[in-house]
Amino acid sequence: MASEDGGSTIDVPDAPFRPGEEASFERWPWNPEDYPMPDAKTCSAEDTKELAYGLVRVLDDDGNASGEWDPGLSADELRLGLEHMVRLRIFDDRMMKMQRTGLLSFYMRSFGEEAVAIAQTMALEEQDWIFPTYRQPGAQFVRGRSMVSMICHCIGNVEDNIKGRQMPVHYSYREGRFISVSSPVGTQFSQAVGVALASRYKGLDEVTITWIGDGASAEGDYHYALNFASVYNAPVILNVVNNQWAISTHANFSTGIGNFASRGLPYGLASIRVDGNDFLALYSVTKWARERAASGAGSTHIEVLTYRAGAHSSSDDPSRYRPGDEHTKWPGGDPVSRLKEHLISISEWSEDRHSELEERVDSEVVEAYKEAVKFGDLANGPYPSADTIFTEVYEEMPWHLREQHDEVMGG
Amino acid sequence: MMPNMNMIQSLNSALDIMLERDPNVIIFGEDVGYFGGVFRTTDGLQEKHGEHRVFDSPLSEGGIAATAFGMGLNGLRPVVEIQFADYIFPAYDQILNEIDKIRHRSGGEFWSPVTLRTPAGGGIRGGHHHSQSPESQFTHTPGLKVVYCSTPYNAKGLLISSIESNDPVVFFEPKRCYRGPFYGDPHNVPTWSGHPEAEVPDSHFTIPLGQARLAMEGDDCTVIAWGAMVHVCEKAIEDSGVSCDLIDLQPLLPWAKGTVVNSIEKTGRCVIVHEAPKTSGFGAEMTASIQERCFYHLESPIQRVTGWDTPFPHTTEWDYMPGPTRIAAAIRSTQED
Repeated sequence: MASEDGGSTIDVPDAPFRPGEEASFERWPWNPEDYPMPDAKTCSAEDTKELAYGLVRVLDDDGNASGEWDPGLSADELRLGLEHMVRLRIFDDRMMKMQRTGLLSFYMRSFGEEAVAIAQTMALEEQDWIFPTYRQPGAQFVRGRSMVSMICHCIGNVEDNIKGRQMPVHYSYREGRFISVSSPVGTQFSQAVGVALASRYKGLDEVTITWIGDGASAEGDYHYALNFASVYNAPVILNVVNNQWAISTHANFSTGIGNFASRGLPYGLASIRVDGNDFLALYSVTKWARERAASGAGSTHIEVLTYRAGAHSSSDDPSRYRPGDEHTKWPGGDPVSRLKEHLISISEWSEDRHSELEERVDSEVVEAYKEAVKFGDLANGPYPSADTIFTEVYEEMPWHLREQHDEVMGG
Repeated sequence: MMPNMNMIQSLNSALDIMLERDPNVIIFGEDVGYFGGVFRTTDGLQEKHGEHRVFDSPLSEGGIAATAFGMGLNGLRPVVEIQFADYIFPAYDQILNEIDKIRHRSGGEFWSPVTLRTPAGGGIRGGHHHSQSPESQFTHTPGLKVVYCSTPYNAKGLLISSIESNDPVVFFEPKRCYRGPFYGDPHNVPTWSGHPEAEVPDSHFTIPLGQARLAMEGDDCTVIAWGAMVHVCEKAIEDSGVSCDLIDLQPLLPWAKGTVVNSIEKTGRCVIVHEAPKTSGFGAEMTASIQERCFYHLESPIQRVTGWDTPFPHTTEWDYMPGPTRIAAAIRSTQED
């Protein structure tokens, strides 16, 4: 029987703040100087324990870079990272507007998490494999994908490289070694271990990076990945993007210990928590993990601590389950602003240059959009041929599909 | 005067009533607690009944099914939501090897009356992974009951029966029909307002698990469907000009043998319609059973109109889902001598 008197019963956690409440996060106690960088090639999982329970930062609250984890990037590299992030944010806003007018069915922004895929992909080598979720489309900018091609996918027109088969944001970009996104959350995490082991089997200098959300880390796939990565010493970088929210489910429902990074330690994996809104720290930690993986020292398990500033998707309304301004209270601030402030602080950027960048990128996005809709959109067509329902189900079309195909196509 | 409910409201009413009537009923799943579900089906239930009875779970369908199974073993009556039927498969081992077999494997010593609710089916531009209708993955599983509602009225009556059942039930909800019946035209989707099946009593009522609904009556063909396809078939029957029985099967396992057999003995002709792929779909089971029981009454081959044997597409979904044109053509083809 359930408890009738409000006494002993199931303990159900809650989110820290709900609508109508004032969100107020504690300031992080961790500073850029706090943690030394262990040797990536030789350190043990145990040696990373303080990194798993702490937080690697490079940028302080005032935009100054310091500490052992400062990757020492050139101003050009920093400006390139900033440009990719600005582009992703403007691209997302444009796509969301298109979604609202019916030109695409659905959309998911990376708002507040732009640094994650961009900094981490920039820290890799071009031969490395990317096994993303729907929240890492920014990796494609780093790998050189054209926005026209990305938009054609999102609006499901005849130029969509995946032929209208998947929902928007479910990109596939083989040329950039960016593996097809799948909706079921978490499945890629353990698959990425297999990709990494194949590189190892072939003796290639390739590392695989993958991500999973705080929410999806409750799926079995997450635990399979850590175990297989540990058992076979796979050259894979396993990131848990803890953005606090899985639709309405707060991270408190995904772990009972308030820390995701440390879950790698008992699997014997080097484990690090990193400020996910700190472009420099993300870059540095990923570079470290890549060096470790490539050296044969194994996988690194990274908690990317961030905040999902926007809705889960165009179908979501976060005002129903969290304070509307909660993201503005996040101790990690905004990733774009933080890199911008850093560049300004080292006299390599200015407000004027930033405005010019935003204007230039905005017109690039508008141009790409105009080009893409020439090939059709979801509201108006033309659509990929119904033929595409039947092709590529198998390498060769079997007789029963051929019959069905012919029924549709009148062949 | 009965209240007019859409399917979300009638499902919510069923859950509310069962929480009220039975303190062993508890509800959990992804986003079902504070938020009230991504489709709003559990809206307000946590506030009303308490967070120890309606609560959010980790994103872990296998964990949800296994935990529900254990709770059911120990006397509770869990009603869990799998957010999309496409995402039920991490729970498949628990459902297929555990939940369904426990009564049998323990010699009747243990059972677990879990109800797994799950939105299913296409027509919402959901692509591969928000559109599938995997009922036949479960009808092939002894020990389960499998239910597919189609209207606000039967959603409520069938869900209450499912929760009260001491056998485990997988309960499919056609998400395309949550807010209105669907007649196959995505550009003209009515609401449930004014529909006779939206007249749903506020109070407790049940529809037995094993009973079909005769949605239309006619003489010359029997059309069998479930979920959203029931409404598409209504339109197709009108378009065909053929006088048809339309059987809304409701529970697929066990299915209403008497209703089906009586109808086919009357009409001698049959069309079976489902969204799921054709090969090994539940239509194959129906076809085989009907020829076993009604062979000498059949006057033309049984027709199946189904989704194609391919993944469910995004942009071209209207070329995939059975629509009135294909179904009407199949109905007319049964009338040829």
